[in-house]
Amino acid sequence: MTTTEVTPTPRTARPVTQLGDRVFAGSAKGAGILILVVLAGVAAFLLTEAFPALVAPASELPGEHNLAVYIWPLLFGTLLSALIALVIATPLAICVALFISHYAPRRIAQGLGYLVDLLAAVPSIVYGLWGVGVLAPASVGLMTWLNDYLGWIPLFAGPVSATGRTMLVAGLVLAVMILPIITAVAREVFLQAPRLHEEAALALGATRWEMIKMAVLPFGRSGLISGAMLGLGRALGETMAVAIVLSVSGVVTFNLVSSGNPSSIAANIALQFPEASGLGVNVLIASGLVLFLVTLAVNMLARYIVNRRSEFSGAN
Amino acid sequence: MSTGTERTDTVTQGPELDLPASPDLLPKAKGTLPKGTAWGVFVASALVVGGILAATGFSIGLWVVLTVVLFAVATYVLSRVVEGARKATDRLVTVVVSAAFGVAMIPLVSVLWTVVSNGIARFDAQFFTYSMRGVVGEGGGAYHAILGTLIITGLAAAMSIPIGMLTAVYLVEYGKGRLAKAITFFVDVMTGIPSIVAGLFAYALFALIVGPGVRMGFAGAVALTVLMIPIVVRSTEEMLKIVPNELREASYALGVPKWKTILKIVIPTTAGGIATGITLAIARVIGETAPLLIAVGITTGVNLNPFDDRMATLPVFAYYSYVAPGIPREPFLDRAWTAALVLMVIVMLLNIIARIISRAFAPKTR
Amino acid sequence: MSKNIEAKDLNIYYGSFRAVEGVNMSIKKKTVTALIGPSGCGKSTFLRSINRMHEVIAGAYVEGKLELDGQDLYGAGMDPVIVRRQIGMVFQRPNPFPTMSIYDNVIAGMKLNNKRASRKEFDETVERSLRGANLWNEVKDRLDKPGSGLSGGQQQRLCIARAIAVQPDVLLMDEPCSALDPISTLAIEDLINELKNDYTIVIVTHNMQQAARVSDYTGFFNIEGTGKPGKLVEMDETKTIFSQPTQKATEDYVSGRFG
Ligand SMILES: Nc1ncnc2c1ncn2[C@@H]1O[C@H](COP(=O)(O)OP(=O)(O)OP(=O)(O)O)[C@@H](O)[C@H]1O
Ligand SMILES: [Mg+2]
Repeated sequence: MTTTEVTPTPRTARPVTQLGDRVFAGSAKGAGILILVVLAGVAAFLLTEAFPALVAPASELPGEHNLAVYIWPLLFGTLLSALIALVIATPLAICVALFISHYAPRRIAQGLGYLVDLLAAVPSIVYGLWGVGVLAPASVGLMTWLNDYLGWIPLFAGPVSATGRTMLVAGLVLAVMILPIITAVAREVFLQAPRLHEEAALALGATRWEMIKMAVLPFGRSGLISGAMLGLGRALGETMAVAIVLSVSGVVTFNLVSSGNPSSIAANIALQFPEASGLGVNVLIASGLVLFLVTLAVNMLARYIVNRRSEFSGAN
Repeated sequence: MSTGTERTDTVTQGPELDLPASPDLLPKAKGTLPKGTAWGVFVASALVVGGILAATGFSIGLWVVLTVVLFAVATYVLSRVVEGARKATDRLVTVVVSAAFGVAMIPLVSVLWTVVSNGIARFDAQFFTYSMRGVVGEGGGAYHAILGTLIITGLAAAMSIPIGMLTAVYLVEYGKGRLAKAITFFVDVMTGIPSIVAGLFAYALFALIVGPGVRMGFAGAVALTVLMIPIVVRSTEEMLKIVPNELREASYALGVPKWKTILKIVIPTTAGGIATGITLAIARVIGETAPLLIAVGITTGVNLNPFDDRMATLPVFAYYSYVAPGIPREPFLDRAWTAALVLMVIVMLLNIIARIISRAFAPKTR
Repeated sequence: MSKNIEAKDLNIYYGSFRAVEGVNMSIKKKTVTALIGPSGCGKSTFLRSINRMHEVIAGAYVEGKLELDGQDLYGAGMDPVIVRRQIGMVFQRPNPFPTMSIYDNVIAGMKLNNKRASRKEFDETVERSLRGANLWNEVKDRLDKPGSGLSGGQQQRLCIARAIAVQPDVLLMDEPCSALDPISTLAIEDLINELKNDYTIVIVTHNMQQAARVSDYTGFFNIEGTGKPGKLVEMDETKTIFSQPTQKATEDYVSGRFG
């Protein structure tokens, strides 16, 4: 990599640079600093606007609850929906990525990759409309079946929602939305698996699956974890799909198939904000701050895992 | 790059296979299933399941699912008997992995089909030329929302492209040391900001400047900028890193100053890649709903001034038409789907443009 | 055109690592000077310090004095960009600008340095430089085609044309033929012989025959061991270096008895 033209030599105290260089380097640096300022601004303005809600007495808050009592069901709903999405999407994404990297004929593999990427290109509002208009009614049958046969598991206790606007469906929609993100990371990781190991495994007479188990999956484990974390981060912050699909009642429950569900932080903001005023706005912004911190933690963890991996693979 | 079937074959069955003598790892020479077996089993499963379902009550979804399940089981059993456990597991995994890909394609196809079939009804000239001012029932269109989306996205692009590109240039060409590290780290942080939080930020910012309850197009553009900058930085950074150092040195050696080398040599060399990245970034944010819902709101008429009051945008228009329809409901729902369709078309077009750009520029960079 | 170079007690660093130590060398104008020596002894490093390309690398700097016809290249107030306009460079691997045509590659230096010139002047420069680089006949019918479409040897000559188009006083070449086939190598060697009528040329090469064929003077660099700085062991007329060098190390190296 190149760096600054000039380096301190013992003799020239102030190295000569062209005016254009100073201006250009300065503006590039300025842009970088601007990003830091913007981010500091995000934190500062959110804190400023959340502050009234943090210090207000419980009696003035919506529902006359203390702030934590207000946010907790939302946080619960956020985590639950994201978790469902993660549990469904991760194994699926790994299979899809394997299919593209190791099973599909090489000629069409790239095209299939584009198809999966198209899933990521669909705007979230479209997923929301699709979720409530198509997926929800279509999954009523599935949920009834789950309730009939697996109803003894609290997750499927029912009573089953007639519209299908349940936590399970919201989770499914989120799963579809994060599938391409996890797939993209997984594909990258699988393609990086050392070819030599793969060929050695095949040359020893391993079947394709044995080769994948021996040479591909172990190599990609931490990459897969971080991909899943990135997907989780996305699912936590996803707004419209949940806002449109879920029918909410503010309860805290693990029942995934009934019509009484906790909302998510993001969806709650989208639903309440347009009508909110006064302290209500501050409360919503405070909840947004909580969401920000949660996604931040998840993303940091993902980055940490990725970076650890790159250190490892660098050593190899 | 994928390990296609061809490679598997050449490696395992090549003429002069020089295998180490480890007989336990070699497949036991048992029988192999003849080539067409898989198809035969598949058709048989489909027929069997179809027959059973015809008796108990038919449903396409169930038919497909049960066929695949039966196919997997039958393949496994058959292969286990003829070829042994290892081959059978291999075949089972192949079926599962392929089926997973099929499952992943279902929502894509379903979404596309739903949006097109529901949206086509109002995909007419009126939709693109009329706003909703004074419209209560049928008719009307999203002219105002389309303009709003273009204005807000355009503003966001105008702010984030220069900032993002300059930052990437700083990181790749100038940055060393702590500031660069900090920027890299916080760009990562920014990548993870939920879109609704970006909307809240824009609102909070303008609420402090203008006063509470503010809604304006520019606030939406600021929110989208926050979401777009990290994407632009990342993709531009990747592209700049690809440019070989030799070109920079060749330019320096001609006595070209560094800033000109970057502007005239480095960036043009990878312009296609950068343009692709930027196009995809625009496609990402043009469909954002949540931040605009918060910072911009909605109106029924055309508003071309992003600094004054609410503006309509396509995603928010679709959202409100769907969740808060008037009476009768149908025209509102139709308009919601058509707005979704238009949005999809725009996004797909941007994606296609991005691919074309990257194709057109690819070979020149050696 | 064409100037003398004078290095006095030059130490060259990569950060805290001293790569080259105590070089004293004078290079006469309109001659070809070859720099030889084992790998890692600092030939490229020294060559790049002559036109201040060395300091492009992070943390790299130079101590000592380097003069171009008495002008202190590392003096206070000396802009490295100005130095590079006077001292051109050709690299080991041909590196034409991939987005530019052959024509634009040749005038890249002029254009990027804001030289205002008419189309006719540009045309003349292109023809003169390409003729100077012995490439004109091969490419005159496809000047608007991308430079990266040429063969390796042609690309290298294009790079030489690009370097001489800005009319520098000195031309530095770092193993210009090591990526080329024997025929292209011969073409470039012929070219070097012609170019020395107008330019001062310094060339790094690993090919002893090449050094003997093209150069008037030869400098031998050596290194005592890894991590030690490289030094200029001896410099003299090429004939002398190859027939009766004063240093044992030089004799070992040129006769192939090295290491
Ligand atoms: N960018 C760099 N950063 C740090 N050290 C470097 C760098 N480039 C070269 N060196 C070191 O400087 C010393 C001289 O390197 P140089 O490239 O000048 O050798 P050379 O004589 O040109 O070798 P060769 O014949 O292989 O090209 C070597 O020890 C090398 O490791
Ligand atoms: Mg070298």
